Amino acid sequence: MLNISNLHVKLEEEDKQILRGVDLAIGPGEVHAIMGPNGSGKSTLSYVLSGRGGYTVTEGTATLDDVDLLGMEPEQRAAAGLFLAFQYPVEIPGVGNMTFLRTALNSQRKLRGEREISAGDFLKLVREKAKGLKIDADMLKRPVNVGFSGGEKKRNEILQMAMLEPRMCILDETDSGLDVDAMKLVADGVNALRGAGRSFLVITHYQRLLDHIAPDVVHIMAAGRIIRSGGPDLALQVENNGYADLLAGAA
Amino acid sequence: MSVARPKQDALDARLASLVVPDGFDPARASALARVRAMGLPGRRDEYWRYTDPADLNAVATPYAARSADAENEPAPFGGIDQLKIVFVDGVFDAEASDDLTLSGVEIARLSEAVDMSWAQDLYGSLEARGQTPVQRPLAAINTAFATDGVLIRVTGQAARPVSIVYTRNSETSDAMLHHCIHLDAGAELTLLESGTVAARSCSVMEVEVSAGARFHHIRTQGRDHDPRTLTHIFARLASGAMFKSFTMTANGILTRNEAVLELVGDDAVAHLAGAALGDGAFHHDDTVFVTHQGLRCESRQVFKKVLKNGAVGVFQGKILVKPGAQKTDGYQISQALLLDDDSQFLAKPELEIYADDVKCSHGSTSGAIDETALFYLRSRGVSLKAAQALLVLAFLAEAISEIADEALAEDIRSRLESWLAGHGA
Ligand SMILES: Nc1ncnc2c1ncn2[C@@H]1O[C@H](COP(=O)(O)OP(=O)(O)O)[C@@H](O)[C@H]1O
Ligand SMILES: [Mg+2]
Repeated sequence: MLNISNLHVKLEEEDKQILRGVDLAIGPGEVHAIMGPNGSGKSTLSYVLSGRGGYTVTEGTATLDDVDLLGMEPEQRAAAGLFLAFQYPVEIPGVGNMTFLRTALNSQRKLRGEREISAGDFLKLVREKAKGLKIDADMLKRPVNVGFSGGEKKRNEILQMAMLEPRMCILDETDSGLDVDAMKLVADGVNALRGAGRSFLVITHYQRLLDHIAPDVVHIMAAGRIIRSGGPDLALQVENNGYADLLAGAA
Repeated sequence: MSVARPKQDALDARLASLVVPDGFDPARASALARVRAMGLPGRRDEYWRYTDPADLNAVATPYAARSADAENEPAPFGGIDQLKIVFVDGVFDAEASDDLTLSGVEIARLSEAVDMSWAQDLYGSLEARGQTPVQRPLAAINTAFATDGVLIRVTGQAARPVSIVYTRNSETSDAMLHHCIHLDAGAELTLLESGTVAARSCSVMEVEVSAGARFHHIRTQGRDHDPRTLTHIFARLASGAMFKSFTMTANGILTRNEAVLELVGDDAVAHLAGAALGDGAFHHDDTVFVTHQGLRCESRQVFKKVLKNGAVGVFQGKILVKPGAQKTDGYQISQALLLDDDSQFLAKPELEIYADDVKCSHGSTSGAIDETALFYLRSRGVSLKAAQALLVLAFLAEAISEIADEALAEDIRSRLESWLAGHGA
């Protein structure tokens, strides 16, 4: 599914190296978690994979189903099945949430050479998915993320994911700022999408999300590299002891 | 008052090239006297610093090539039931126009309405009032020399919108049209205007909105690249009157839309909005003067411009609150979305307030498209072009929302989309 090899990334505008040789392979249907201290490059990895500007790849590759991701426009990556749930979802005044969802869904279908979804089918689909995430009609009508609480923004990300049905989902700290109930909603939303060969990369600071979304593999990232990989117990180790031991071990 | 020598020569030459038509003689004579006292506008005049009036002053019409983009323009307000009045290069086209009868409205042509007393009273009167405190000599020239126009007296509820459709076929046509609209107390009219008046045009519209009357004005200019267009709206609002005007401009080497609104009665409401789109040789100027005199009146100005490839946008907007105009609610926003570094937006927002219990706010911004929002949309699969168009429409949304009628708003939206599709944003 997703294969990242020796990925080196620096900032485009300054000489600052952020990723220093990331290796990561996620197979179909697998759930991987990345944990790591603030500033270690987790969000940068997710942005580079989804095609945000401002970064330069100086070395390495990233492929989705053997197709080079790094050469594609962001919208092509999305159509190829990649999805990023943003750490900080963006507010877009003047663009209605529904319009946004319908435009996104139809754009992806168009890019894949599929037929547009009818207005009726779209409404039915969005209502069904929104209900599970406790997103009400008012939130659907409002401009994208404008005036949403932190938790509402995160649930809105999961709604987009549910609507777009990507095959490779990256969740960047989707649990941060969520209370226990909201986290449960988000986790249920994610778990509902598991299966059918869909893979996940869950970036988080906390074990608690991983209690709900059980990972197959846990990676620890530090200073732009993956320094340790292991089973779910690695996350427990971080929860109990912090990163200090792991960082010391890697140094 | 006297005009300096070189300016005097330019004025004499301009006036010598024009002929005063028959009808409305006293109004035309006094307008001519106003022009002689004021002279032609020049770049030293306070409100012509950002826009060069040379092409508007010139004796000969600057050559204006016909453009393919204009031909691609979707038919104006298609699918909306309307009474059409067509002018080609400023000349009335009887064949293309509908029969000028409409329930709730009396319509006549300026050139045929010599004995309409309401029109005799209105013609030139609001234009004359609008000359202070800021002079608008080209509006007075229009009053003196306008060859035709539409006179509309609204006595009740207009059965359907009146739609003035302009087309231009000539590269050198020069048109002066003057419309007078009088809404009786409680009357209501929607006036549509669309198209390019002429290679060069100077228009005046005077609107008298009586107590409780409602006037809606939706205008689309352009898609034609080369014309020089100057318009003036002079409106006076009585108690409880409502005036709403929205203008969309796409393309145009020179467009200046002036609006002079006087809220004379109490509880009157005036909204002015504009959405302008320019790519390349585009100069677009909105010059607005709103005077609050009555109690508890509300005025709103919402002007948005999307500029690329060296396009220039100008906004000069003033709210004057006269002594005693308590509880005035004035709002003004002018914003430009600059799609590149070559384009520029020049804004001169002004507030002058002589009453103490008022609420007035104004703001002016110019900025680029939000890259973060653009990436967010693209990361969801929306193509770059579609994402840009979505964000541009979002930027214009506040102006479009000033169109009360949803079908008309949708028509404008689809025109904006069509322009954006053709101009890579
Ligand atoms: N656009 C940027 N400009 C400047 N510094 C950046 C930018 N993007 C990332 N960084 C820096 O790169 C490092 C990694 O950031 P980030 O990927 O957000 O880490 P994480 O998500 O693991 O907390 C940090 O030091 C951050 O300040
Ligand atoms: Mg981060």
